[in-house]
Amino acid sequence: MKTPVILIAGSIGIALLPLTGSVFYMQLLSKIMVLAIFAMSLDLLVGYGGLVSLGHAAFFGVGAYAIALLSPKYEPASFWLTFPLALAIAAALALVIGLLVVRATGVYFIMVTLAFAQMLYYLFHDTKLGGGSDGLFLYARPELKLAGAKLLNLEAPVHFYYLVFALMLGVFFLLRTILASPFGHALSAVRVNEQRMRSLGFPALWYKLAAFVLAGGLAGLAGYLSACQFGFVNPEILSWHYSAGVLMMLILGGMGRLYGAVVGAFAFVLLQEVLASDRLFGPLAKHWQLPMGVFIVLIVLLAPSGLTGLAQLAKQPRAAVDG
Amino acid sequence: MELLIQLLNGIQYGLLLFLLASGLTLIFGILGVLNLAHGSFYMVGAYLAFWLTERTGSLWVAIPLGLAIVFLLGLLLERGLFSRLYHRDHLHQVLLTFGLILIFEELRSVLLGDDVHGVPVPALLSQSIPLTETLSYPIYRLFISGVCLAIAAGMYAVIQKTKIGMMIRAGSTNREMVQSLGINIGLLYTLVFAVGVTLAGLAGMIAAPVSSVFPGMGNQIIIICFVVAIIGGIGSIKGALVAALMIGIADTVGVVLLPEFSGVAVYLLMAVVLLWRPQGLFKVA
Amino acid sequence: MAEPVLKAARVTKHFRGLTAVDNVTLDLAVGELHAVIGPNGAGKSTLVNVLSGDLAPTSGSIQLNGREVARSSADERSRLGIGRSYQRTNVFAPFTVLENCRLAAQSRSPHPLNWWRRAVSYRSVTAAAEQALAAVGLESRAGTIAGTLSHGEQRQLDLAMCLATDPRVLLLDEPLGGTGPQEAARMVRLLDQLRRKHAILLVEHDMDAVFALAQVLTVMVNGAVLACGKPEEIRLSAEVQRAYLGGLENDV
Repeated sequence: MKTPVILIAGSIGIALLPLTGSVFYMQLLSKIMVLAIFAMSLDLLVGYGGLVSLGHAAFFGVGAYAIALLSPKYEPASFWLTFPLALAIAAALALVIGLLVVRATGVYFIMVTLAFAQMLYYLFHDTKLGGGSDGLFLYARPELKLAGAKLLNLEAPVHFYYLVFALMLGVFFLLRTILASPFGHALSAVRVNEQRMRSLGFPALWYKLAAFVLAGGLAGLAGYLSACQFGFVNPEILSWHYSAGVLMMLILGGMGRLYGAVVGAFAFVLLQEVLASDRLFGPLAKHWQLPMGVFIVLIVLLAPSGLTGLAQLAKQPRAAVDG
Repeated sequence: MELLIQLLNGIQYGLLLFLLASGLTLIFGILGVLNLAHGSFYMVGAYLAFWLTERTGSLWVAIPLGLAIVFLLGLLLERGLFSRLYHRDHLHQVLLTFGLILIFEELRSVLLGDDVHGVPVPALLSQSIPLTETLSYPIYRLFISGVCLAIAAGMYAVIQKTKIGMMIRAGSTNREMVQSLGINIGLLYTLVFAVGVTLAGLAGMIAAPVSSVFPGMGNQIIIICFVVAIIGGIGSIKGALVAALMIGIADTVGVVLLPEFSGVAVYLLMAVVLLWRPQGLFKVA
Repeated sequence: MAEPVLKAARVTKHFRGLTAVDNVTLDLAVGELHAVIGPNGAGKSTLVNVLSGDLAPTSGSIQLNGREVARSSADERSRLGIGRSYQRTNVFAPFTVLENCRLAAQSRSPHPLNWWRRAVSYRSVTAAAEQALAAVGLESRAGTIAGTLSHGEQRQLDLAMCLATDPRVLLLDEPLGGTGPQEAARMVRLLDQLRRKHAILLVEHDMDAVFALAQVLTVMVNGAVLACGKPEEIRLSAEVQRAYLGGLENDV
């Protein structure tokens, strides 16, 4: 998988942005990069594994709630402790749900993932487990200490920004490595022709389950960062609207191309910012979901392989083989 | 006796779910389209019930008018949009219909606002049947159950006993063959779709007086519909009926017995069923 | 003859209202090519599916080296040494020919789950794949996208993938289907070679190939075994000729 020039240029741009000193843009980009991690985790599942999950936000939400619940009320928790723990919790949940859903195929899979995510939504919404529908506050971001000294001060936007950036790059390269490995090749093949993989001796279900758990853990990672950034979690981040939104980012950017997930996250959030801006659209801005909905319909009808797919077509007039 | 009332409520809720889920499962089973926006038609039905009853003064006038509007809407959407989805994979169907949900919700917000509304029960059905000295059961709820049962019987009759039903059953398994027999499958699919969403609209209209009319009502109920379809087996109307009743009763009785976990109960039921039968209770061959 | 590697006894497969495979018994031994012939709809492909594990039998026993596998899944049976090729093209269309075989060979690698090394860095796996491709004569097409191959080449690829899993038993469902005379002749030579080290079940309509290759012939009609024996006996059997109405002399 070659990394296109735009990504390298983009990465340099992201790395240099804090020099502008704009806190607004740092926070916006932090938000986008967190969602890029979320989208990449889903790309592993959908784009490479062929498992269309409409409930991926459940793991994102669990990662977010984990840090909110693990943090002492007004003091920072330890990053070294809570970060792996939150990931483990999200992955463990993905294992439990995965065992129940991975035998389902096609439409069933979509619907059961949706249903399980809704179950978690109601669990957090109706019970006192996570503060109910009001949600929870995270008053202090976790601290990153080494031998007693603070490595990074996550309360500072710049430090948080670079942590998120580093993690986004880390997740990207991790997934790229995994996808190029024997496991990754087998997973992609299971998506293309599961029956043939079975008759060749691969226990396809275990590959799907592994992908599900890995994707869930990485989504939890994104949720953890999101909770840290906004200092607030509520059940809406577990909702299927949220799950559909991240799917939308994938299709907008282009599935099965890993960097498409990153592109999609950027495009989607920026589009949302534009449509909901009352500077541009005045009182109509509060109905931004209307043009967003129209946009989604048009993309699915006209450009289902996303922005990166269009870019590829523009470079090579010969039709590319894609999904 | 209170349990009897809850049981009756549960059956009524279940039958209403069946009305909704049957449209969903019909559209998916025959057209192969997963329509996330099915709940939006439920919402449209409910809001039409409110708006038309206000304008015409009578729910009895509002219902046929509303159904005609929803049917027309279904026809237009099928021709213009859904017919392009028949050969697309489920992910695209999911995303496109999700976009539709956003459009429906915002259009409703723009046209009719975000307030919660009530629809008055028509005078004819506003009495209650006395069960004991102190408790009685509203006739309107029995009416809802009755309508749903009548529709269920009608669907069974049409699909199993009529020529159109035979075409529908054939069309779901072998589209090309049906086409080569000279039957206009495009028209058939359009009709099936329009009828399917009209069933959702009908559910919304008759439920409006008891469940009130509020933003997001479609999204709330679509998930339960999916659970009904999963448990019952997608494409099986019989399965939808059994599953809907199971869920209706479990949910309603559950709210009374375990209020905090009532929302979760339905999904636990689904998990148990899936462990036992991954393809739902009634697999469609 | 050698001890049978695969023993299928009274294998039956019911579908709703249809008995596709009816009480079939047959043995496969290394060094022996066992052909199965019969008219369309006789249940030959279903039999192959039941033996390979793609379908579960309704009843009956299937023993591989003495081990009962009738209830085992397709992937378990593959790992135990049963390989099959498909009647209808069943390859990974978007991948290259080499990648198709490499995946097949990877299933036998001691590290199929490795997630940090590059898959293509496993030389032995790639070598096994290249060997399989060379055996069927597709080595020159290694870099081609599988979906763009001609029909005959896809049959070759299908067989190569099967070979790359290093099976003991080969269940081949019409490998000559749609191939031209040159490719067919090549395939026949290959199958004759493979017979020496494998136990082969061959479902075929090409009678020239069947009679050139088979040591044992089973005739199936309506899901049941009509006759089983040496090819020459079958050819002369009045019963078989009645069932086929002279079809044995022509290609079906």
